[in-house]
Order: sequence, then structure tokens, then C-alpha cells
Amino acid sequence: MDAILLQILNGLDKGSAYALIALGLTLIFGTLGVVNFAHGALFMIGAFCAVTLQRLLSLSFETVDPTKTDFLGNPAKIKTPYIESWLGPETGAAIIDWSVPLAILFSIPIMLFVGYVMERGLIKHFYKRPHADQILVTFGLAIVLQELVKHYYGANPIPTGAPDAFKGSFDFGVVLGFDPNLIIYPYWRMVYFAFAAVIIGAVFAFLQFTTFGMVVRAGMADRETVGLLGINIDKRFTIMFGIAAAVAGLAGVMYAPINSPNYHMGMDFLVLSFVVVVVGGMGSLPGAVLAGFMLGILESFASMNWIKDILPGIDQIIIYLVAIIILLARPRGLMGRKGVMED
Amino acid sequence: MLGLNNKDFRFLLIVIALTMATPILLQPFPEGSVMAQFNAGYPDLMQRFAIFGIFAIGFNILFGLTGYLSFGHAAFLGAGSYSAVWMFKLLSMNVIPGIILAIIVSGLFALLIGYISLRRSGIYFSILTLAFAQMSFNLAYSVLTPITNGETGLQVTLNDPRILGQQVAANGNVPPTNLFGLEMGSSFKLPVGAWEFTFNAGYYFCAVIAILAFYLSLRIFRSPFGLMLRAIKTNQTRLNYTGLNSRPYTLAAFVISGMYAGLAGALLASMDPLAGAERMQWTASGEVVLMTILGGVGTMMGPVLGAGFIKYFENIFSKINENVLHQWFSWLPDGLENIVIWVAEHFVGSGWHLTSGLLFMLVVIFLPGGLVEGGQRIAAMFKRKKADDDSDDAGHHPKQSPHVAE
Repeated sequence: MDAILLQILNGLDKGSAYALIALGLTLIFGTLGVVNFAHGALFMIGAFCAVTLQRLLSLSFETVDPTKTDFLGNPAKIKTPYIESWLGPETGAAIIDWSVPLAILFSIPIMLFVGYVMERGLIKHFYKRPHADQILVTFGLAIVLQELVKHYYGANPIPTGAPDAFKGSFDFGVVLGFDPNLIIYPYWRMVYFAFAAVIIGAVFAFLQFTTFGMVVRAGMADRETVGLLGINIDKRFTIMFGIAAAVAGLAGVMYAPINSPNYHMGMDFLVLSFVVVVVGGMGSLPGAVLAGFMLGILESFASMNWIKDILPGIDQIIIYLVAIIILLARPRGLMGRKGVMED
Repeated sequence: MLGLNNKDFRFLLIVIALTMATPILLQPFPEGSVMAQFNAGYPDLMQRFAIFGIFAIGFNILFGLTGYLSFGHAAFLGAGSYSAVWMFKLLSMNVIPGIILAIIVSGLFALLIGYISLRRSGIYFSILTLAFAQMSFNLAYSVLTPITNGETGLQVTLNDPRILGQQVAANGNVPPTNLFGLEMGSSFKLPVGAWEFTFNAGYYFCAVIAILAFYLSLRIFRSPFGLMLRAIKTNQTRLNYTGLNSRPYTLAAFVISGMYAGLAGALLASMDPLAGAERMQWTASGEVVLMTILGGVGTMMGPVLGAGFIKYFENIFSKINENVLHQWFSWLPDGLENIVIWVAEHFVGSGWHLTSGLLFMLVVIFLPGGLVEGGQRIAAMFKRKKADDDSDDAGHHPKQSPHVAE
């Protein structure tokens, strides 16, 4: 029982990341009808927003402290971040410590802008082209973004810490009446799950309860009619692309402390997120979320030792296996609409 | 001749001539001159031209003719490499058994994957093949380690049985790969004045196989089978309404192109007897897509051109570093020089992938027909110009090469 609970918890954070990326992917597909292979790169850019902000905040100047010497006998150089000297050591240190949550604010405008430019500059010209062309051009874009990041940040993963307040783990088992230390769960992963839930809720609420969202939903159902009613649906879809990019970016920002960002993390997640979208059903938002969490949890179950003993290697391929079965048995996915991309 | 019409036969002869003369054609600059770094006439690179040419020709049979975009062809390349290396370990270092087993294994593998994946078309097909390839890659890395030797990669060692050949060469090393005694690594160097041409046994072996592969694909393109595949690309629904089951045809195309990939993998292993899981990774699948698109999808010559283009520039760009750039742009004023070098630096050395990604995007956006279409457009431009202005001296324009699109 405790083992099962632990695996469900372990699957939640990866599942959240899958769900957030897949949500954006399927949003783009549902609105613009575009298959975006560069969505993983947006996730990666988000994570590097966190890295960048942390680096910016800890930019420091050197002062020589004549009273102390280092081990060679030279006067010790002390690095002080600018922000600590401006706002006082305590406030400054706290801001640097909280740089990852702060990067949320920092990344939203960046991601919206990146998404907007991408849609207007590139994707717009590919509405009418076949899906294969869309896949190819966004694949090229993903390579370009990934290589640019590699050029400036290097090929190695960059550790980006969570705030000190969230380091350490929470003992879930005690709350539920198990022995201590059986079910422990890092705080930051709980934060990540809660954050993902909030973002997913916000996106759904935005689509469900605002006029803008209503128009977008109408456009997803029948773009032409909405256009004939005199609504500039293209403009709204562009904004939705920006929002989808921001969702992927935020998923990346918050994921940085869980897994040190590296330049190919986007590609790693992209393949899996596409599988998630397909399992959930192309164009279905609830399907993407459901499939994301489901596959995340399934993956963590498959990595349990006794399952690996029976079926070696199952943890590596479980997601693909599920996708293959779903695609063959129910091609529209778990919650896909009938007739959408069903061939 | 050979079941081809005159035009195609002439085309084949040209291809054979060009392939055979490659070691000379790719060495246009004398040794030791500044331009020598642009020479491509060394064995390793020429072998890659031929091998990736085969890979791309095979991929084009599937993607070019049927329109099914597979993102998992690297799995067959990897499977081919692994089976060839196993033959080197078990039987002998002769390349023939390795190549035969590689083609059989990758064909069976393609049959399995194709049988399942081809139940869907469009983007679902792409994702299914991608999923299968990633699965193979993950398995090759982890559970299948007894067969694939995991992260280290499969290598030939001195302790391998090699029941038909010698276990250890006379000099105490692992014997080199050979074709009935002709070592793949052996070369004949021919110095002519300042030039030096290298004729490598491995390259000529790959080249002969590449020509055979090219001939086979030419026959497929011209056959009723090829026509059927084109019909599938044009309108599969209509084809189904006429009462034809298209799946056996697509499956056959998938298996054939998988076998081509396996052959290419086996040749890679024959030139350098090791095989690693990264050959199966989806970036490798992306590379062959890139080659085919860049050259021209659905054309005969396109994929070969694309493969050559990518491999050549990969080699050249990777060699350029900051010092070389400084040499090149030293004639610019200092400030401008630094700016130019700062920009150029992104694209050379390890930045080659950035260049190839950009190039790929540009081709998809502006030139969906690839280099072949580009060539046709330029040829058409000259033609129109000539028609417009007949008095224009024809000598000013380069003579049109006999253009062969398909």
C-alpha cells in the first residue's frame, strides 16, 4: 500500500510536466491545426529563463578584504552580489534564494513574446501546408533554438536550486498513519504539482468563463463561421499560441530545480509529450491533462523493482507501449472527438 | 539497356562515372594550398557520402514515393550495424556475411514495425515510428546490453570466436574488415604534380553497392509498383475506393527502405567495426529526413545530393575555428572584423548543427523541392533569359548540364 502511494506521488511531478507541455501542444493543435515540434524547445527556454534570472541576480563585484588572506597568503577577494549591496545583505540574499519562483514573473512576458514572434514569423505561413511540412519546419526551429542555448550556456546541465525553504522532504507516511520515512516526498515536487494544478485550472477557467475563451472555443469548433461573424479569430489564435508558449515556459521554469536544465531537455520531453497528446486525443484539452498524469504515474510504477524483475526494461518503454496500443485500438485517443485526425 | 529507357540509362552511366571518379573530383585543390581544407577526397568522408547516400535513397523510396514520413529509420540503421558487428565477432571479418545478415535482420525488423505503424497514416504514422525507434534506442541502452553492449557500444575483440576466419591477425591485433582478403582500409595513393589522389578499397566497395542500390531504386521508381506507390501519395482514399488494398504496397515500400537502412548500417560497421546505440537515436532519424528534404523529396538524385551536401559541410564547418575565421576576415577593419567573426562563430565548429537546422528551415520554407528544385529553377531562369534575348552571347552563360530530375 505504502509502495503504491509512493509511486503515485513520484509520478505526479513528471506527470505534471507532461500534462503542462501536452496541454500547450494540444491547444495549438486545436486552435491553429498546427503540429508544433518546437514545443519542447519552449519548455527548455522556460527552464533557461530561470537559469538566466538566477545568474543575473547573482551578478557580483569583487572587493579585496585586507584583513583576511586566502591559503596562498594573498588578500582574500570577496564577491558581493550587486543586489545585496543595493538592498541590504538579508533582502538581497533572500531574493537570490527565491530566484526560481521570481523567474515565473520574469518568464511570462518573455515566453508570450517568443510565442507571438514564432507564430507571426513562422507558423502563420504553414497553416495551409501539409502536416509533414509543419513537423519539418518546427523540427528545424527546435534544433536552432536548442543549439543557440547550447552555444551560450554550454552543454552541461546547470544546477538551479529551489529556495531553501523548500529544500528537504515532507513525510507523507506519518500523516496517513504509516511508519515514518516510508513515504517521503520533496517539498519542491509538491510545489510543482500544486503549481501545475493551478496553471491547468487557470487555462481551463480562462477558456470556460471569459468571453475571449468562449470565442476561442467557438473558433476551435468552427473557425470559418466565427470569422464570418466579423470576429478576428486569427488574432485570438495568435494570442492563444502565446499563452500555450507561456504555459510550456512556466512548466520549464518550475522544473529547473527538479532536473538541472540542459540544452536537450526540450527534445527529451517533446517526444514523450507528443505521445501524451496522442494518447489523450489530438485537440482534447482534458485528454492531454488526464493522459499526462496517467502516463507519468504509469512510468513511475513501471520503475518499481519487482516489476522490473519480471519485465526487464519495462520502465524505459512503458509510455511508448501504451501509446502504440492506444493508437492501434482507439486512434482518436482517450478523449478525442470523433472524426478529428482519425485516419 | 538493363531494363531502363535510353534517358535513364544515360543518367545511370553519368552517376556511375561520377561515383567512380569521386576521389579525383573531390580533390580539386593542390596539397598544401590554402584551399586544401576544402578538399573532400579522403577515404573516411567519401565512404560516408556513399553510405548515407544509400540510407537516403532508401528513405526516399518510402517518403518520396508514398508520402509516409517515418521518424524512426535510424532504428534500422542501428539494427544493421549491430548485426554486422555480430557477424564479425562470430564468423569472420569478411564483410559479406555481415551485410547479408544486416539486410535480413533490418528487413524483419521493418516488417514488424511497419506492419503495426502502417495501420495509421499522417502524423500518427510519424509518431508511431518515432515511438518504436525511441523504444529500440532505450532498450539497446539498457536491457539489451548482452546483445548491444549498452553505452560502450559493440566492438570486435581478440577473444571473439570468428569460427571461419582468423581470430588474431599476424601483428597481434584484431584482423581488419576485408572482402575476401581485400582490406577495407587499404588505399592506393597516386600523386599527380601537386595533387594527391587516394583510391580506397572501402570507398570503392561502398560505391559499387551504392550504384547497385541506386539502380534498384531507379527500377522501383519506373516500375508499376512505383506507380502504385505514387498513387498512394496522391490520393489514398480514392485508391481505396477503386477496390485496391494499399497496405501491402506501403508495407513493401517500408520494408525495402528499412533494408536499405540496414545495408547502410552494415556498411558503416564494415568501414569501422563498432556499433553504438546512438545510431538509433531520433536525431539520427532526423538527419536522414534532413538529407532527403534538402536534396529533393521524390527525386532520384535529390537524396544522394542531400547526403553528400550535409556530410561535406558537416566536415568542413566542424573544422573551421576562430583562428581560421580571423585569417579569412583579416582584410576587414578591426571593429567590423570582430562583429563578423562574432556572428560567424555561431555557425562553425560545434555550431554546425545550428547551421544545419537553419538550412533545413530555409529549405522547407522557401524550397520545398530541395536542391533539385533549386537547380531546375535556375535552369529555367537561364532558359527564359535566352528566349527573351537571343542575341545574348551564349558563351557568357555556363553551359547547362544535362538536367536530370528524376
